Amino acid sequence: MNILNIAARELRSLFLSPLSWAVLAITQAFVAYALLVKLELFLQLKPHLPGLPGAPGLTAIVVAPALKAAGMVMLLAAPLVTMRLVSEERRSGTLSLLLSAPVSMTDIVLGKFLGVMSFFSIVALVILLTPLSLLTGGTLDYGLLASGFLGLLLLIASFAAAGLFMSTLTAHPAVAAVSTFGLLLLLWNLDWAGTGAAEGVRSLFSYLAVTSHFNALLQGVVDSADLIYSLLMVATFLVLAIRRLDAMRLGH
Amino acid sequence: MGEQSLIEVANLHRRYGDVHAVQGLDFRVRRGEVLGFLGPNGAGKTTTMQMICGVLAPSQGTVRIGGVDLLEDPIAAKRQLGYLPELPPLYREFTVDEYLRYCAHLHGLRKHAATKAMQETKARCGLQDNGRRLIGNLSKGYQQRVGIAQAILHRPAVVVLDEPTVGLDPIQIREIRELMSELGNDHGVILSTHILPEVQAVCDRVQILHEGRLVLDEDLVQLSKSQRPRSTRVKFRRPPSRTALTGLAGVGRVESLDADTLRLHHADDDSLAERIVTASVAGDWGLYELISESRSLEEIFVELTFGEGRGRDEQNPGTGT
Repeated sequence: MNILNIAARELRSLFLSPLSWAVLAITQAFVAYALLVKLELFLQLKPHLPGLPGAPGLTAIVVAPALKAAGMVMLLAAPLVTMRLVSEERRSGTLSLLLSAPVSMTDIVLGKFLGVMSFFSIVALVILLTPLSLLTGGTLDYGLLASGFLGLLLLIASFAAAGLFMSTLTAHPAVAAVSTFGLLLLLWNLDWAGTGAAEGVRSLFSYLAVTSHFNALLQGVVDSADLIYSLLMVATFLVLAIRRLDAMRLGH
Repeated sequence: MGEQSLIEVANLHRRYGDVHAVQGLDFRVRRGEVLGFLGPNGAGKTTTMQMICGVLAPSQGTVRIGGVDLLEDPIAAKRQLGYLPELPPLYREFTVDEYLRYCAHLHGLRKHAATKAMQETKARCGLQDNGRRLIGNLSKGYQQRVGIAQAILHRPAVVVLDEPTVGLDPIQIREIRELMSELGNDHGVILSTHILPEVQAVCDRVQILHEGRLVLDEDLVQLSKSQRPRSTRVKFRRPPSRTALTGLAGVGRVESLDADTLRLHHADDDSLAERIVTASVAGDWGLYELISESRSLEEIFVELTFGEGRGRDEQNPGTGT
């Protein structure tokens, strides 16, 4: 119950902040831009497509890249939204309210994660409306769309958990944002580390990078390993955040 | 363990790295008691309060709230706790009502109970007309009231207030003091302050902290007894001989301060002033001033906490500029 209460307050605070509205607007604008560019490409390719066996359709050519673009925007947007989760409460002294209230550290972390995920779910649903607008002039592959959307949601959930953890490390929101951005950028491009190395090493780094799992879902491959990867990442960062809050009471 | 003890602190220590901020505190607060924490800045008042409220973990020692160990069962212990930190924990983008409702929910009050508690508390703190205003737009005094409202909203058995009257104007201070005395009737209250008259106005017991230790723990009733006059300053136009003065019943030593001012040291005695006046009239000494000198709380405070510090300052008058 306290989890929901904390989540509701978090969501409300997010919507009372102009930053969140700016994030919504910019995400939407960039996704629309990506969609239009890819739609232009599709219209150029369209006459040649019927002749090709196994040719990609509208969803694969237009929607999947647009969702990938949304993922890229999230790389920047997620740190900005999550940066204040704990650091701002530490700075303004409101964390004392939570710490002296009859709620556990787990409640606080889960409540904050749920709150920020509610916000991101709204962001994702609004992003989803952009590809759905194609329905006015064509048909979509709903399976591919659903798997791509799931990929985006899982990606955002991992980003949010990472951002929440980084926010527990400092009392300065800007520092939390920059650190989160650095961490996400590293996770996004972790597969670089494997290039030129032996096959085993390359596949290890490629597996650890978030992009490989995101791309698989964007291509319509729903593998439980990809789902478990994201869930493990969320769980790891949330546990770290809980531990960190506990340690904050002990440290100085 | 008396069941009336709402707060029991035993052997409480807190270290920040090498700094030993709180060094072995032991005390209890009963129901219906207002305990005043006094001490210079850095004495460990805020640290102690944070440990009582579970915001900070003690390095050593135990805290029990209403008989529940804060470390073993923090949730049950915190249910009986209301805390106003030094910096009121306010969400500036919320209205007073939204904020108080959130606090009520956090403490487990549901819809109807929450609304009722909010109305009562707002009335108690003088916030009836501010429910729909944004906290960020309120003046400092009103923000402080919202902070106090948050601490007493769920009617906790224990209320801990860290410098509750800071930044308020004199009228608001009077209102908040009345509120605190009222709280003391059915709660256990700890408040910290720098303002000495505040302790005398609202507290039943005073504790002076200095460098992490308790240097004084006394009922105010006891304290005011020990503050009874022990000396009297008198001025005569025609000073009598010392033997005439020491001859008065009760007068111990006579100290002369300047040409016509004398200080008479004596035991606790209500009727001495009367005898001095009578003797003066009879002997035509021309008494024109008589002041009973008592030790104020401020003097006790300075003596207990400031003595060494002032000594150091006087030795190095040039430093600190």
